[in-house]
Amino acid sequence: MTTYRIIQSGESPSFPTSRPAVEPLTYHSFVEQASGSGLSCVFMGKDAGAAFAAAGKLDACPFVAIELGLECLGVHTGETRGSEGSNVVGFARFRLGKGEPTALVELVRQPHTSEESIAAAKRAFEAADLKVAVCGDFPGRIVNRLIRPYLNAALRRLDEGLASADDMDKTLCLGLGYPEGPISLLERTGLAEHHDTSLSLYQALGQEPYAPARRAQVAKARVGH
Amino acid sequence: MNANKIDKDSEQMINEIKTIGIAGAGTMGAGIAIVCARAGFRTRVFDLNQSALDRAHNQTEAFLRKSVERGKLAADKVPQIMAEWHGTTRLEEFADCDLVIEAVFESLPVKHDLFGKLNGICPAHTIFASNTSTISITEIAGGSGRADRFVGMHFCLPAQLMKLVEMSPGLTTSEETFTLAWSVCEVLGQKPVRTQDTPGFVLNYFLIPFNNDAIRLVEQGVAAPADIDLAIKTAMGYAMGPMELLDLVGMDTQKLLCEAMHGVTNEPRAACPPLVKRMIAAGWLGKKSGRGFHSYTDSKMYGA
Repeated sequence: MTTYRIIQSGESPSFPTSRPAVEPLTYHSFVEQASGSGLSCVFMGKDAGAAFAAAGKLDACPFVAIELGLECLGVHTGETRGSEGSNVVGFARFRLGKGEPTALVELVRQPHTSEESIAAAKRAFEAADLKVAVCGDFPGRIVNRLIRPYLNAALRRLDEGLASADDMDKTLCLGLGYPEGPISLLERTGLAEHHDTSLSLYQALGQEPYAPARRAQVAKARVGH
Repeated sequence: MNANKIDKDSEQMINEIKTIGIAGAGTMGAGIAIVCARAGFRTRVFDLNQSALDRAHNQTEAFLRKSVERGKLAADKVPQIMAEWHGTTRLEEFADCDLVIEAVFESLPVKHDLFGKLNGICPAHTIFASNTSTISITEIAGGSGRADRFVGMHFCLPAQLMKLVEMSPGLTTSEETFTLAWSVCEVLGQKPVRTQDTPGFVLNYFLIPFNNDAIRLVEQGVAAPADIDLAIKTAMGYAMGPMELLDLVGMDTQKLLCEAMHGVTNEPRAACPPLVKRMIAAGWLGKKSGRGFHSYTDSKMYGA
């Protein structure tokens, strides 16, 4: 059994506190299963990196996990000639814009991260009914790296009149079995939010497919209108 | 599309369509043949390779039996459907076809050669259709000898399970041909959508670059194939991950799709990733060869 304690620093995008109209607050089982005497450390919240930096030596922990935003894990651990890696992993529960967090945890490793630490962290998340995909320390990790060019292309092709928004969604749902087409997905989760993530990847990778599409730029410009 | 609703004339013309020819007994051709035979059409399947025909025949029977086990097909329908399925290595046997759907390699010269021969074999009323996913319908029609009776009918993989058909008229396709092909599609139990004759239509315009991006994540060491599939399925709710889908499509087919798509669009994301060529050289073609991004112990048709 992997035991862990949570060091919370600000609201966590991965495990937001549910605030129902009627108390009490509810927490995800990953949070509930944590223990103050846990051997491993999970730094959670928007300021998780700063809390990790202030924590001192954690070498004895089976694993240390830092919640990531769009940044790379190396920002918090430092990097050295490709030999970086320790008992520290990064993690983020995937959520698309304003959508709820999904069951996916992207677990970020470095070239020489200990396999035991990766396995221990994976066990901890899986014990809370989460699915864990391990990936290297790259901008966008797996899902954002793959879907942002696709979503930008859909917005561009909508502008070019390839098909109507409904027909484009229908074709991709019927043809590929997608549960939701790209235009509907962006409307539900936020075009402005897509703009921000896509722009971050464009700046990190310098590749044109990540440049936010015109419709995303318009939505971002209209935030607050 | 209301404009393609079956009117009386079309209904009469559909009734005259008895036999459908499928050129190519690969994964797509075999799937389309199931759709046609299942709908009650006499279905001729052509391939130069007898072993490909034998494989398609066996996979079809296995798929139908699985459909019975799953309660989706009455048991007595299996022999009826199989009786409609006729494999041949002789193109001349397409002489009685009223509609021919081509599902061969994504190569314009190959398709022109095929349709050129068929034009001399089939009667004047026979409609030619291409299942191409990347090549211009107008360009293929131009070498068919009957450009006005030519239409794009792009089925989705696996055709025997997926309902969508992208229907594309070329510049020279007559309205009568398009309407009739659309009606046949509906009679087959499929769901046609009209798309422009542009590279990749809708599906492959998005899918080929998306799959290439996934291959590049493997090339660059971002994640292993199993992790990529797990991430996309869990985060996006997709039934299959991109690496699983690529294994089903086959690396040889993906390379041809990339070459066709990149050749007309020059979009960098459509260019074939080097890993695909290395996997082809290694014989790791995907599910059909037992190994692709994943390993397989059988080569059963999807859904069988």
